[in-house]
Amino acid sequence: MTTHYLVLSALLFAIGGAGVLVRRNAIVVFMCVELMLNACNLAFVTFARQHGNLDGQLIAFFVMVVAAAEVVIGLAIIVMIFRTRRSASVDDANLLKY
Amino acid sequence: MQSPVEIVQHSGGVIGVSWLMIALPLLGAAILLLGGRRTDRWGHLLGVAMSLAAFVVAVVSFVEILGLPESERRRGIELYQFIPGVADMGLLIDPLSISFALLITGVGSLIHIYSIGYMSHDPDRRRFFAYLNLFVAAMLLLVLADNYVALFVGWEGVGLASYLLIGFWQFKPTAAAAAKKAFIVNRVGDFGLLIAIFTVWTTFGSVAFGDLSGATVSGAIGSGAASQGTITAIGLLLLLGACGKSAQLPLQSWLLDAMEGPTPVSALIHAATMVTAGVYLVVRSGAFFEAAPTAQLVVTIVGVATLLAGAIIGCAKDDIKKGLAGSTMSQIGYMMLGAGLGPVGYAFAIAHLITHGFFKANMFLGAGSVMHAMNDEVDMRRYGGLFSVMKVTAVTFIIGYLAIIGFPLLSGYFTKDGIIETAMEHNQILGWLAVVGAGITGFYMSRMIFMTFFGKKRWADDAHPHESPSVMTVPLVILSIGSIFLGAFLILDNRFMKFLAPAVGAPEELPAFHFVSTAGLATLALVAVGAAFAWFRYGAAEVPQVAPRGSFLTTFARRDLYGDALNETLFMRPGQWLARIAVFVDNRGIDGLVNGLAATIGGTSGRLRRVQTGYVRSYALSILFGAAVVVGALLYVGNM
Repeated sequence: MTTHYLVLSALLFAIGGAGVLVRRNAIVVFMCVELMLNACNLAFVTFARQHGNLDGQLIAFFVMVVAAAEVVIGLAIIVMIFRTRRSASVDDANLLKY
Repeated sequence: MQSPVEIVQHSGGVIGVSWLMIALPLLGAAILLLGGRRTDRWGHLLGVAMSLAAFVVAVVSFVEILGLPESERRRGIELYQFIPGVADMGLLIDPLSISFALLITGVGSLIHIYSIGYMSHDPDRRRFFAYLNLFVAAMLLLVLADNYVALFVGWEGVGLASYLLIGFWQFKPTAAAAAKKAFIVNRVGDFGLLIAIFTVWTTFGSVAFGDLSGATVSGAIGSGAASQGTITAIGLLLLLGACGKSAQLPLQSWLLDAMEGPTPVSALIHAATMVTAGVYLVVRSGAFFEAAPTAQLVVTIVGVATLLAGAIIGCAKDDIKKGLAGSTMSQIGYMMLGAGLGPVGYAFAIAHLITHGFFKANMFLGAGSVMHAMNDEVDMRRYGGLFSVMKVTAVTFIIGYLAIIGFPLLSGYFTKDGIIETAMEHNQILGWLAVVGAGITGFYMSRMIFMTFFGKKRWADDAHPHESPSVMTVPLVILSIGSIFLGAFLILDNRFMKFLAPAVGAPEELPAFHFVSTAGLATLALVAVGAAFAWFRYGAAEVPQVAPRGSFLTTFARRDLYGDALNETLFMRPGQWLARIAVFVDNRGIDGLVNGLAATIGGTSGRLRRVQTGYVRSYALSILFGAAVVVGALLYVGNM
C-alpha cells in the first residue's frame, strides 16, 4: 500500500545524491541536499502512516527545522564565498587540501 | 712468633686529637681553594704552616706512643659512629701508622718549603699548595684509618691529588694525558682493592683492622667460615690494589709518565709517600697474607719482577726524572719483596720505605734544583760538569746516590741489605735476583751522577746554571742528613723491628745485622762493577749530545720494556675496536631502525595525504560510499 511512496522517496533521494555529486554550482548542490532531506521526510511520513503512530511525523518536523537552520547558514556561506571569489562553483573553493 | 697486640681505646692527650693531623691540611686546602685569588699573597705560607702543624702533632703523638708500655701501643680513637657497632669511623695510632705519619708530614713539610722556591715564578702557586695540602690530608687519612673503608677514602683522595698535581700544568697536552693515564691505571688497582674490601666484609662481617687479626683469620679457616681460597683471593685482590698505587708490574706504566708533574710532586707523591701506599696496604693486611702463602709468594714475585724491570728502565733513560722514576719503581719492588716475607720482611720493607722516602725525595728535589738552574732542561745529555757550579745540590745528590746504591754505612746499605738477606734466607732465587737488581742500581745511578755533575759541559747555549736559593737547598741538606744516618739508626740493634712489633708482629728470634755476609759482599761487588762500568761508559768517555740508536736491549729499556705497547695492543686497540663496532651498530643499526621507521611513516603519509583533494564532491562521494558500507553491514548483520 505504501510501496509507491517509498519508491518515490528512494528516487528523490537518488536524484538528490547524484545532483550533490555531479553539479558544480553551490546553489544547485544545496538544493539537491534539500531534495535528499525531503526524500527522507517522505519516507518518515510513509512509515508513520504504515505503523499507525506519530513518531515518523515528529521526526519529519525535526528534519524540517534542521533543514531550515541549515539553509540559513549554508546560504550565508555561499553568498560570502561568492562575494569574495566571484564564483559559486564548489570546485573553485578547493584551497583546503593537501 | 710474636703477634700484634690488641687495640686499646684511647682518649685524651695529643693522640686523642690526632685527627688534627688530617683536619689541619684539609682546612688549609679548603681555605686556599675556596679563598681564590685573595689568598695568593700568603697562600704558600699557610700551606707550609698547616703541613708543619700536622708534623708537630705527629711528633708529639709519636712521643706519647713511646711513653706507653709495648702491649698498649696500638691506640684506637673513635671519631664517629656511622652505624653504631657496624660501621664505625676511627683512627688507629700504632707504631706502623705513626711511622708513616712522621714520614708524610716530615718529608712533606720539607717539600712544601722547597716548593716555595721552586714554584716562585708560577702564577698558580697557591693552587699548587692547596693540592699539596689536600694530598697530605688524604695520605694521612689513608695511613691513620682504623678500617678498610676509611683507608679506601684516603686511597682515592691521594689518587685525586696525584691526578690534579700530575696535570698541574694542564696547558701541556702531555701533562694532561699523563694525569689521565695515572688515574685510569690506578682505577684498575682500585677495583681490586674494592672487591677485596667487599669480600672481607661478607666473609668476616667487619672491615676494622682490630677485628681482623691473624687469630681471627686462621680461626675462620679452621671453623670453615672462610675457605683457604677466599683468603688467597683477598690477598691477591689487595695486591692488585697495591700494584696500581705502587706502580708494580703489571700496572707500572703510569709512573714514568707521571714525571710530567712539577718536580716537588714527583718527590713527594711519586717517590716518597703515595707510591709506597701499596707496601703499607700489604703490611697492614699481614693477617691475610700470612694465612695465604700463595698470595705471599705472588707478592714477592711481583716485587722481584718490578725491581728488575724498574732498574732496567732506569738504565736507558736520558730524562733525569724518568731515570729516577724507574729507580723508584725498582726500590718499591724491594719493599714489596720485603713485605711478602712476613714479619721480618715487614720491618725491613718499612725501614727501606722510610729511608727511601728520604734519599729519593732528596735526589728528586736535587734534580728539581738542577732543572731550575738549567731552564727546565731534563735531558741529562745536555748537563755535565755541574758539580762546580752548584755544590750544595751536587753534594746532597751524591749523598742520596751513595745511599741508594747501598754504599756501606749509609741508609740504603742497611735497609736494602736487610731485605736481600731476608729474601736469601727465604728463597735463594729471589735473593740472587735482588742482588742483581742492586748491581743494576749501581750502574744506572752512577750513570746519572756522571752525566749530570761530571764530564764535559754539554749545556744549551742559553743555559747559565746557578745554585738554587737557600729555601730550596736547606731541605736538601736536611734530607741528605737523613739519608746518611737514618738507616743505621733504624736497623742496628733491630730498633725499628722492636718498635713495629706491637703493630705487625715480630719473629721469636730477632735477626742480627751482619756487616760481612755472602749476600752483602756479593751486592757490594756487583754495585762496584756497575759503577765502574758506568764510569767507563759515561765518566771517562765522551757522552754524545744526541742519544745514539743503541742496541735492541737499549731500545727495549727506553720503551719502558714495551709496557705501553703491550697495554695498547692488549687493551687500548681492542677497546677502540669495540667502540668502533658500537658506533657502527649505533649509526647503522639502531639509528637505521629509528630513522627508517620515521621515514616509512613520513613517506606513507605523504602519499596518503594526496587523498585530500579539496574537491567537495570527492568528500561527498566518500561519505556516500561510507554510508553505503554501513548500511550494507547493518543489513548483513541483521540477516544473520
